[in-house]
Amino acid sequence: MVILAVDKLDIWFGSLHALKQVTIEIYAHEILSVIGPSNSGKTTFLRMLNRLNDLQPGLTMSGTVRLENEDIRTIDVELLRKKVGMVFALPLPLPLSIYDNVAYGPRMHGLRDKKKLAERVETALRQAYLWEEVKDRLHETAFKLSGGQQQRLCMARTLAVEPEVILFDEPCSGLDPISTAKIEDAMLKLKQKYTIILVTNNVKQAARVGERTAFFLDGELIEIDKTEKIFTAPKDHRTDDYIRGKFG
Amino acid sequence: MRNPYRAQKIAFSLLFLATLVIVVLVGFVVVIIVEKGLPAINWQFVSDIPRQGMRAGGIFPAIVGTLYLVAGAIIFALPIGLCAAIYLCEYAKDNVLTRLIKLAIINLAGVPSVVYGLFGLALFVVFFKFGASILSGSLTLGIMILPLIITASREALESVPQSFREVSLSLGASKWQTIQHIVLPNAIPGILTGTILGVGRAAGETAPILFTVAAFYLPQLPGSIFDQAMALPYHLYVISTQVPNVDEKIRYGTAFVLLALVLFMNMVAIIIRYKFRMKKKW
Repeated sequence: MVILAVDKLDIWFGSLHALKQVTIEIYAHEILSVIGPSNSGKTTFLRMLNRLNDLQPGLTMSGTVRLENEDIRTIDVELLRKKVGMVFALPLPLPLSIYDNVAYGPRMHGLRDKKKLAERVETALRQAYLWEEVKDRLHETAFKLSGGQQQRLCMARTLAVEPEVILFDEPCSGLDPISTAKIEDAMLKLKQKYTIILVTNNVKQAARVGERTAFFLDGELIEIDKTEKIFTAPKDHRTDDYIRGKFG
Repeated sequence: MRNPYRAQKIAFSLLFLATLVIVVLVGFVVVIIVEKGLPAINWQFVSDIPRQGMRAGGIFPAIVGTLYLVAGAIIFALPIGLCAAIYLCEYAKDNVLTRLIKLAIINLAGVPSVVYGLFGLALFVVFFKFGASILSGSLTLGIMILPLIITASREALESVPQSFREVSLSLGASKWQTIQHIVLPNAIPGILTGTILGVGRAAGETAPILFTVAAFYLPQLPGSIFDQAMALPYHLYVISTQVPNVDEKIRYGTAFVLLALVLFMNMVAIIIRYKFRMKKKW
């Protein structure tokens, strides 16, 4: 089932043509890896899906993005972002306690009941493999956590909103291998409930977790296919060059 | 040959000296005021009305008047200034109009205070028929400190990392929720700093209250905001230049009280700000 359909998407920031005629379909409950060198438009693509690009001045776009067959520009932006969550490249806890970080999203969406909120926080922290490490200090500031823990906290915070799609923007770029493994484990479990789009600079990570992989270059989608195929027999020689580390 | 090490030493010494000059100047001001003013300070001085043509008695009505004026100015300027800052910082698109508004605010901060006084006279005293009153004076002082509060609040809002806003929005919070729960709580220390500066200026200025509120001599306390009032800076001016044969002690005593009042208000604000800083978590 197609959950997100991107059709002939073009994006400009001022005169910079950041995305060119991107057409892509994303299926429910899959993990799609997005790879490509820096400035290839993969983050722009990701931030389009929850309209975070709207915050950038000078944005113009053409083409459509449909979430469950509804144009995302006709959906309330708050509702869209509730359905399409995001984990950023750097761990960015809000200046609140661990508990309040995770409870932030549900609270903003009107969940006031304390018991339900506590349950929601616990579930989310468990899903992010963080509960055991923080259950005794939920009311400490989130900045006391290590980088890896902070990133899992950010993941839990996104999960607490109960989205349908989760966008990961290079979530492990600043993390050690063990923290990275924990996040990858969590992602593989999460795909039963969620659709995951993972932008990564780490080609091996794309191969480890992605069922399908999309390769972006200079704002264009060069190819998208099953991950094994992209890594063993890509159709485009540029994909091959990138994966083999010839550029980027 | 030039010795970079010596050049550095000379530079550091000069910088240190420049800093020292500031400290010494402040020290001098405080020492002189305290030395000459402290002998005048007693219970009667701060609690009694001026007597014998202001050559004796106390300055109580002037203290109360200044407190009223400062409170009125802040009550008027803080909400408006803060709202304007939030609008400019969070909502206004970056276009010619916005830039014009920002420029206007900066220029407003540079208008001489006596011009504000004249403006207050024309607008509040005469046009709105508030007369010379605490209301007119407070509003005039409020307008004077408005740019100060807007500028400080804007800087405070802008210093909240953009990433916090993005995170909050990405979780589906609305813009207003983001401002309410993330931006404002983290901007409060900076906003308080602006308010501190505003309080200091409002308490110390003479020119804006000259035509709008200040009474030469008023033996009783103001009964409502439509009454005239005495105020410390104007009183100081009066007893220093307009009334002959005032004891030096009383003049410096008045200056001492004014200084102490401003410092006290600053202290309160600094303590509040410190408390907030302790809670700041990044």
